[in-house]
Amino acid sequence: MGVAKWIGAWPVVRQLAGEDPRREGARSRRTEEIRPRTGEADEVVRSVCPYCAVGCGQLVYVKDGAVTQIEGDPDSPVSRGRLCPKGAASKQLVTHPGRRTEVLYRRPYGTEWERLGLDEAMDMIADRVVRTRAETWQDEDEGRKVRRTLGIASLGGATLDNEENYLMKKFYSAAGIVQVENQARI
Amino acid sequence: MAECHPVAFQWVMEARRRGTKVIHVDPRFTRTSALADRHVPIRAGADIVFLGALIHHVLSGGHDFREYVVAYTNAATILREDYADTEDLDGLFSGWDPGEHGYDPKTWHYQGGPETRRHPPESGARHAEVGGAHQYGSGGPVVHHHGERDETLEHPRCVYQVLKRHFARYTPELVEEVCGVPLEAFAEVADAVVANSRRDRTTAWVYSVGWTQHTVGVQYIRTASILQLLLGNMGRPGGGILALRGHASIQGSTDIPTLFDLLPGYLPMPNAYDHGDIGSYLADAAGTTGFWGNKRSYLVSLLKAWWGEAAREDNEFCFEYLPRLTGDHGSYATVMGQIDGTVKGYFVVGENPAVGSSGGKAQRLGLAALDWLVVRDMTLVETATFWKDGPELETGELATESIGTEVFFLPAASHVEKAGSFTNTQRLLQWRHKALDPPGDCRSDLWFFHRLGLLVRDRLRGSTLQRDRPLLDLTWDYPSEDGEEPSPEAVLKEINGTGPDGKALSAYTELQPDGSTSAGCWIYTGCYAGDSNRTARREPWRDPVVRDGEPAAMVAPDWGWAWPANRRILYNRASADPEGRPWSERKRLIWWDAASGTWSGGDVPDFERRKPPDYTPAEGATAQDALSGVDPFIMQTDGKGWLFAPTGLVDGPLPAHYEPAESPYPNPLYGQRANPARQRFERPENPANPPETPVYPYVLTTYRLTEHHTAGGMSRPLSYLSELQPEPFAEISPELAAEAGVRNGEWVTVLTSRTAVEARALVTRRLRPLRVMGRVVHQVGMPYHWGWGGDGLVTGDAANDLLPIVLDPNVHIQESKAVTCALFPGRRPRGAELLDLVERHRRAAAPAPIGDPPVWKEERT
Ligand code: SF4
Repeated sequence: MGVAKWIGAWPVVRQLAGEDPRREGARSRRTEEIRPRTGEADEVVRSVCPYCAVGCGQLVYVKDGAVTQIEGDPDSPVSRGRLCPKGAASKQLVTHPGRRTEVLYRRPYGTEWERLGLDEAMDMIADRVVRTRAETWQDEDEGRKVRRTLGIASLGGATLDNEENYLMKKFYSAAGIVQVENQARI
Repeated sequence: MAECHPVAFQWVMEARRRGTKVIHVDPRFTRTSALADRHVPIRAGADIVFLGALIHHVLSGGHDFREYVVAYTNAATILREDYADTEDLDGLFSGWDPGEHGYDPKTWHYQGGPETRRHPPESGARHAEVGGAHQYGSGGPVVHHHGERDETLEHPRCVYQVLKRHFARYTPELVEEVCGVPLEAFAEVADAVVANSRRDRTTAWVYSVGWTQHTVGVQYIRTASILQLLLGNMGRPGGGILALRGHASIQGSTDIPTLFDLLPGYLPMPNAYDHGDIGSYLADAAGTTGFWGNKRSYLVSLLKAWWGEAAREDNEFCFEYLPRLTGDHGSYATVMGQIDGTVKGYFVVGENPAVGSSGGKAQRLGLAALDWLVVRDMTLVETATFWKDGPELETGELATESIGTEVFFLPAASHVEKAGSFTNTQRLLQWRHKALDPPGDCRSDLWFFHRLGLLVRDRLRGSTLQRDRPLLDLTWDYPSEDGEEPSPEAVLKEINGTGPDGKALSAYTELQPDGSTSAGCWIYTGCYAGDSNRTARREPWRDPVVRDGEPAAMVAPDWGWAWPANRRILYNRASADPEGRPWSERKRLIWWDAASGTWSGGDVPDFERRKPPDYTPAEGATAQDALSGVDPFIMQTDGKGWLFAPTGLVDGPLPAHYEPAESPYPNPLYGQRANPARQRFERPENPANPPETPVYPYVLTTYRLTEHHTAGGMSRPLSYLSELQPEPFAEISPELAAEAGVRNGEWVTVLTSRTAVEARALVTRRLRPLRVMGRVVHQVGMPYHWGWGGDGLVTGDAANDLLPIVLDPNVHIQESKAVTCALFPGRRPRGAELLDLVERHRRAAAPAPIGDPPVWKEERT
């Protein structure tokens, strides 16, 4: 690149030469060379914002097995590509360093968390469900058939998928667990 | 709406750009007010007066859309002679039973209607709890088809005349006195609503939990329904009463309910009193008119989905496997059960009740009394860590070493690490594809509950106990791609339902009462039609699709799938006149096309496609065949929109203004101060602020911010969002700041009989003192997103700790939008001194030991 051309490419020179200083005249060579992360993704997956019930469309950009960006989906008739601060922060929701990825266990009267394997935790939870259910089972309540336990309860958030809610309700009902609730009433 | 549903608010802005007038009624000036044509500040808890006065304005001025009202509502229906109104009984309806603390609704019925079945007297108030309005879901309870009608609307006992008398005292002057809304502001709203309704125009009301979280929450919505029906704004484009639901799939969590009183598709959970067998459960529906007349098909298909081969005609399709309710088993009742030691194990799945529910202390005392607790979330929320860092440790009410709760924390997969569908606030199911596997031990809730089911069944294998049959017979084999997690599409297909050939059904009208079909949630049938996942459809749509000069689609029909049957505007038969013609060119949506003999237009008709407008049912017809061609509200047994609710509500057939349970004012309308049927928990863990006490002189209302999400579990661990809204604040007016002696940015302490919390004072004109019943009332606004710890990057006192547990009796939702409080400058005291401070005020307000019944005199209860 000749010196004149090099100098001529400086934003300030271009601005003096009449380019709009807030638009093309502001663009430096570095800017020219920057490519969006979204351009390099291996895969773009269509999703939906997990925060509020507007249901804005999201495009999830994945590269090398990691989420590199989450953008609004311009095709969505709900959101037309927009996301609010929460939706726009959802890449951080899934990638932030404080996210927990290990099972933790606090024994009765314990003062600290302990590590526990996932399979072991699942076995222990299943044991407790079976035990508590057996101990608190009611075939009848004041002479009326109820077939249930009031010893176990559940409270779910409203970011549960329909399929998840369905399996929860199905399992709980079959187990006789009736105290099943959701953010939907709170 | 701009604050909590920001991206949806762009459509309000689009409408405004085209000339729509936008009015924002809210105690606070918010981001919504900033973009509206008019902000009307109102005292929190007074909306029934405001809406009731609009009804009065419409009725007294003859502004109702008469043709619509006569044809499509129950305005003409005649009520029984022994019905007595709140106007006659000083704030009670006929049927009040002070001993039972509830109503016998018999006298609210239509003239000549059936006697409402009396519940066994021994079941008492608990029966009212299980028989609450929510039980009726989208269906509405049963009434006799039509009843006696006077279409001149002149009969003194017709609904129209009853309505006129009921709201006669709801005047603009009353609005000024009770709501603090000046006459001219009210007049502007009333004129705008009338000018933008009826044949050529429509008005929409948009609400959220600001309307529902009251001891009269259901009646708020009822008031809006009456107004919208009178003005002809239901079932028409640009009309409706639009509930903005808060969370990604909160609508889905109601449709496929993880709620105690419902089965999927708004079928009621059976109760121990009325539903001994399938016959008695379906007795309501037998011979019923409207689409609920097919209730047996919906129920049997659900039972087939759950118990497959085991569900047979000769065993009532395993109906007896369903557990039975005996009262309110909602989350607040559950918390009391925890404290009392009956509830021993608790699953908390993506929820943070220790911060997010009313009366935080009761929540935490409940957690501390459990045998075991399972928390599934993406970070450690306060509900998982209460034993280590909860506020009760600081006050000495609890000690880590003496909390016996065994806690399991299981990390959850995020929304991009699993596939599945959310149902948004407009009933639209949208599929999320999976982008990658979850890290470490993180798993989806689908994985967790499926695995738990397998493990529990393993442990029960070989059991001969009757109680284990439902678990062992459950259909629980799902195909899986990775051998671990059930295929979410297979689950969705089960929800959709299948026919005898195993193929997905395409409409709920295909469901059969004989066990030959199965469907996990009948209102979702069609979402997997043709064995293709319709919730994953993503056909963009930007403008109305025009074909041959006619709008072929005025909605975006190929993006996702909306229940029922991919209809986007419910009850849209009402968008056409009784003859089937659009009410006006401007507001056309669907119409009767005589040439093709079908309903057609810009949406899927919410009506039988081939039922002509002049169809009259034959004598003795049932289900949908019993509804005529002019009955648009097809889920109601009489096909009409209910101005008056003859049955289904436990606190009255019409809305009446009651003060919130905690209010600085008496009720100027009636001797009855608060909703007499409200659900209370009179326990030491849940003290109440006595009404009209100078100890708690201000009105407190809680709310959310754009930058956070409910109790903060999905927002406080994020630096982007935490930086935007780093700490709790209390919004107060400059006048209140002067009265309290605080300046902007300083600490304030907000106090109720539950506790005191500290926050930064945000002194702002966005909150204005209002003149109510002759004196000034100050309102305090507090967002509730913060908690003391967990994995949050920012911390702060939980505003919900201030709230009482007192509920709407129909749906058991808490009153968190209008309570009373005190406010002082400075930070709150720590440790035992905090308890002292709260106790001192409690004594000053009600000089009796805590735990006794409330000491103020409750009128007539
Ligand atoms: S981006 Fe914002 S408005 Fe859209 S769904 Fe997410 S939280 Fe709601």
